[in-house]
Amino acid sequence: MDNSKRYERLLERYNNGDLDRRSFLGLIGAAGLAYGVATPFAKHALAATEQVRFDGWGGVVSEAFRKYAFDPYTKKTGIKVVDGTFGSGDEYISRIKASQPGEYNIAHLSGVFDYARYNNLGLTSVLNEKNIPNLQFVIPKLTDVFRKVTDGTLSCVPYDYGTTGIAYNRKHISDDEAKKKGAKLLIDKDLKGKLGAWGDWRTRIWYASLQTGQDPNNATDMDAVWNAIRTNRDLLLKYWSSGAELMSLLAEEEIYATEAWSGRVYALQEQGHDIGYMDPPNGFGWQECLFVIKGSPMEACEELLNFMLAPATSIAVAEGQNYPPALDPKKVDLGTKIPKLPAFDPTGTLDGLTFANPTYWNGHEQEWSKEFGRIQKGY
Amino acid sequence: MTIETREARQPWILLSPSLTVITLLLVIPLLFIVVYSFWLRTATGADQVGFFLDNWTEALTDAFYRDILFYTLKIAAITTVVCALLGYPAAYFIARSKGNKALLLLLLMLPFWISYIIRTMSWINILGVSGAINSLLISLGIISEPIQMLYNQVTIVLGLVHFLLPFMILNIYVSLEGIDVTLEDAACSLGATRWQSFLEVTLPLSIAGLAAGGLLCFVLAAGTYITPIILGGPSDAMFANLVFEAIITQLDWPLGSALSLMLLVVLGALVLVYNHFLGMGQLMKGLGK
Repeated sequence: MDNSKRYERLLERYNNGDLDRRSFLGLIGAAGLAYGVATPFAKHALAATEQVRFDGWGGVVSEAFRKYAFDPYTKKTGIKVVDGTFGSGDEYISRIKASQPGEYNIAHLSGVFDYARYNNLGLTSVLNEKNIPNLQFVIPKLTDVFRKVTDGTLSCVPYDYGTTGIAYNRKHISDDEAKKKGAKLLIDKDLKGKLGAWGDWRTRIWYASLQTGQDPNNATDMDAVWNAIRTNRDLLLKYWSSGAELMSLLAEEEIYATEAWSGRVYALQEQGHDIGYMDPPNGFGWQECLFVIKGSPMEACEELLNFMLAPATSIAVAEGQNYPPALDPKKVDLGTKIPKLPAFDPTGTLDGLTFANPTYWNGHEQEWSKEFGRIQKGY
Repeated sequence: MTIETREARQPWILLSPSLTVITLLLVIPLLFIVVYSFWLRTATGADQVGFFLDNWTEALTDAFYRDILFYTLKIAAITTVVCALLGYPAAYFIARSKGNKALLLLLLMLPFWISYIIRTMSWINILGVSGAINSLLISLGIISEPIQMLYNQVTIVLGLVHFLLPFMILNIYVSLEGIDVTLEDAACSLGATRWQSFLEVTLPLSIAGLAAGGLLCFVLAAGTYITPIILGGPSDAMFANLVFEAIITQLDWPLGSALSLMLLVVLGALVLVYNHFLGMGQLMKGLGK
């Protein structure tokens, strides 16, 4: 309700005799005082919309965002993008939980399960899709899964997708051997001390499901899964915790094989490292989105999302971070580099990728994350 | 107001800024943590407000937490002993050196100018498979295959010693600086050897600094979580890592609060034990007061 409306209502009550003159003037005075006190802060709050906070995965991904999206966006609109990083979605959700509304605005989240978790915690916003016309270029399947979670509305726009497959050093492991062993390469006793693994409970359970011949979205023998995780743990050099650490371990040849993010491996290959990459059957597919957190300046965020989804920006970012964009290849010409990226689907249907079922994974999150924490430490 | 009343109030007036800061930044957040520890985490990750003893029951009865707590105390104790063994000779050398003391102290402070995380990560370039030591040994023909030196308990202690050694040296140095050097000469003139005068005179007089440094190193080592993440192997986790995981990974702030209070109580108890045997007044001596 604006101040004029408030005044009109008070006046109406005064004219109707519901308020005496003294109370009417007192309330008008109090409203004036409140306006006077609030205005400087309101101006400050409005000024804050001149910048948007964006948080992502750091490393080459953040570099691509900064270079191809944020800097041109700031140049074009005058709105500054303050970019921060996080090591995992879990870490970030904890930060959001401890923050004030509006402190964090847009996050580069991974997986529909994270979107569902944010929704469960009441952190979703409602995007005005009319302000994001470039959403028309996005693969419909990627948008639909988010709409199902938030009753037809969107709190994010899909931005890219990729896989967590298996990276291996070709000097020590041939393509044929990797293909033959598949997910079981990561529990190969001959590689003891030369294996790495992401210390993420979902990825560990996903790969343990594959190693025990189970559906990663519906494992029925969890004892077998935990034992496979223990076997993997006992063969590891270490659990890595960030993309930068993953790249360093592979590049320095501290480890010969690990599961890895497709774009990071491509970046290593571009740098000249002889690292192979494969997605085993039912390998871990994921999509990433640009999620707008509740309490953010919506119009400024929507403008940034629309700018980032513009084909020219989206393609440049995708080429920089080495993950295929969420743009539909049937609607947009994606150039020459993107079709060569790992996980790229030229059909735009993404039928070849297996994504995590948010209901299944979020339903077990509390129990499994805790159990994995114990196994990781030798139990 | 009488002079006595005014004088009685003066210390409190002078202390009020620091007491305010401590209350706002330490006592009140700590009370929040105490309250949080009695809440529960729901399946969605939201907190259930109430008075539940579940987190405390789990933290106090589960062998998993107890074992990692003992492991943490063991690593902290080893680190403290190594720091003391390495730190004492260095502090003695600085305290007894003539002319270049300021330069040596400056060199001691230099590591503080670089981020702790970067200092810890630098060990990867030194001990890694393609790090400095392996490259040197291979180029000299001493080994043909690189030695795996990283990501184990030893590298955790190494990283912690690297971080904490300056704290130990500074504490011992301050204590040694307060000892009259003629006492050692007097002991020698009475027939003691240099080693005897050190053992009978210098070491007992500097024990306060050694104890203060030891307490500081132990408490800081027991609370670390970065070093095991960067330099530890798959199963090398310390208690602070459990707190981090409960709060960050599992979004279980109530359990994380109970665990952090548990660590606080254990370390607080150790300080009380220290106080019982050495007295907090020794700390002041160690700090040159």
